[in-house]
Amino acid sequence: MNLDFLRKCDAAKDATVQGLRREAGLPSEVKTYVEKPKTLAELRAGIAEGHVKASELAVRYYDRIAEVNPQLNIYLSLTKERALEQASRIDAAAAKGDALGPLAGAPVGIKDVLVVRGAPATAGSKILKGYQPPYDATAVSRLEAAGAVLLGKLNCDEFAMGSSNENSAYGPVRNPVDTERVPGGSSGGSAAAVAANLAVATLGSDTGGSIRQPASFCGVVGVLPTWGRVSRYGLIAFASSLDRVGPFAANVRDAATLLSVIAGHDPKDATSSPAPVPDYAAESERPVEGLRIGVPKEYFGQGLDPEVRAAIEKGIADLQAAGCTVKPVSLPHTKYAVPTYYLVATAEASANLARFDGVRYGYRSPASDTLSAMYRHSRDEGFGAEVKRRILLGTYALSAGYYDAYYLKAQQVRRLLAEEFLRAFAEVDAIVTPTAPMPAFKLGEKTGDPLAMYLADIYTVTASLAGICGVNVPCGATRAGLPVGMQVLAVHLNEGTAFRVARAVEAAQS
Amino acid sequence: MTAKVTIADVERVAELANLELEPEESRSMLHDLNAILDYVAQLNELDAAGVAPLAQVSELEGTGGAGTLRQDTVLPSLDRGAVMSQAPETDGAFFKVPKVIER
Repeated sequence: MNLDFLRKCDAAKDATVQGLRREAGLPSEVKTYVEKPKTLAELRAGIAEGHVKASELAVRYYDRIAEVNPQLNIYLSLTKERALEQASRIDAAAAKGDALGPLAGAPVGIKDVLVVRGAPATAGSKILKGYQPPYDATAVSRLEAAGAVLLGKLNCDEFAMGSSNENSAYGPVRNPVDTERVPGGSSGGSAAAVAANLAVATLGSDTGGSIRQPASFCGVVGVLPTWGRVSRYGLIAFASSLDRVGPFAANVRDAATLLSVIAGHDPKDATSSPAPVPDYAAESERPVEGLRIGVPKEYFGQGLDPEVRAAIEKGIADLQAAGCTVKPVSLPHTKYAVPTYYLVATAEASANLARFDGVRYGYRSPASDTLSAMYRHSRDEGFGAEVKRRILLGTYALSAGYYDAYYLKAQQVRRLLAEEFLRAFAEVDAIVTPTAPMPAFKLGEKTGDPLAMYLADIYTVTASLAGICGVNVPCGATRAGLPVGMQVLAVHLNEGTAFRVARAVEAAQS
Repeated sequence: MTAKVTIADVERVAELANLELEPEESRSMLHDLNAILDYVAQLNELDAAGVAPLAQVSELEGTGGAGTLRQDTVLPSLDRGAVMSQAPETDGAFFKVPKVIER
């Protein structure tokens, strides 16, 4: 067993971050834990050829988790027994020379809003404390069927509500690039796990930016599949018309490989699309020459950090150099997306979260004489402040006398936003924007102001409302070494195009 | 869409949502809800009269739509014992709750 193969980290990248930090005069005690995982193809080849054993790889990852997790708070629970059983199966198959799945032996982590049979499912909330669901989410079982080794469950904002991972009842995740900063949210653990090489790839969920924004803050690839592309069976629901399950990986090709594994119709989710699933990894390698790239000026206005703008403009120039045609597109209703999103999402959340009532699973307040008191006490003690805020806002927006003014109006604007995207995609193959208006911010910087936190989603919520797909791809860094992410958007079911463009941006980075 | 939320509104909505808020929590929610509603009031600028509401993106052209509904036949579901084992209080067959009728 060649342990060097496993230990090798991207020391060069780490050194660059540290060097940039020193140049910028930032305190050197800020710790970084950035390490680049091996690619899926490298791991699979190593296992097939017998240089690497999946079981030793899993143990190696658990060792690194034991070493680094106390500083970063990424994993909430581990599924060691199941992981080691799966790894042994992979090793036995490799020894026999059997064909290996595309994810054979790949150590992966699962955001703790997706259920894994027998493993604690918290959704980052106290109200689900102790719940061990008796089934697997479809995306999870598909990963395992393709050979992946499930390491454990990843920290996130409570019920996926947040943009910094600071709303987790189990404490915030720290950004592996700079531990004084947030990893983004809500899938903060999923992004940070890949950035710190505590998993080769992970699953997250995205309702208003919860995959793309943390991917941007942590410098990894994160995918928003088209709504309906990936089954939501086993995803703890936040806002059902917006919720998507999607992958994180260290590079575009691996993220594309994961999406091909988890996408496709599922009889257990009637809203999952029957459209055939392409080989997205192959799609990602197709040349971009001749593709038409739209740049919406509405995503480059006031509030955009100048260093983020410069990095994205450089990425756009790289695409042009690769043979893309870059042209302006107009999305004039963009400024209405955040208010629309927060009305639609909270209204749906207020309905979805009614199921947490202390009856069937999770937490029940111990001292209540009546059923209604038990409901109220369990929910009051179980939910955190942001979840209550959103339930209240959603209930208000749906309540008699306010429905037309808020919820109905938001659904009308949602159509305007979606149709605006469809018109733009008649002219261009992909649209590129910054993923977030700023790089990762400091822990505690926005926790006192819910609105300021919501504005971290300003560039991601519109695609969520329209149901289109997108990819966050790392696109340069600030002078202080904080990652910048480009959001590549494509029309419904055109993930292949988004991957192609993202791959071209990635290729221009090195 | 410019109505200010009052503390009575917060309490009424909390009751609708089966949330019991401490007085201090209600005050802070009052502040936050008003700030958020002030912000979303910018939707007033838009005339969306006659625009059909969009509840699901599958209503749009070219989104791949949802699959057809499955046959209405009985399929195996989760094992009852496994499900009941997760309940806070159960007799093995049913969920047990405190008394429903208040006196």
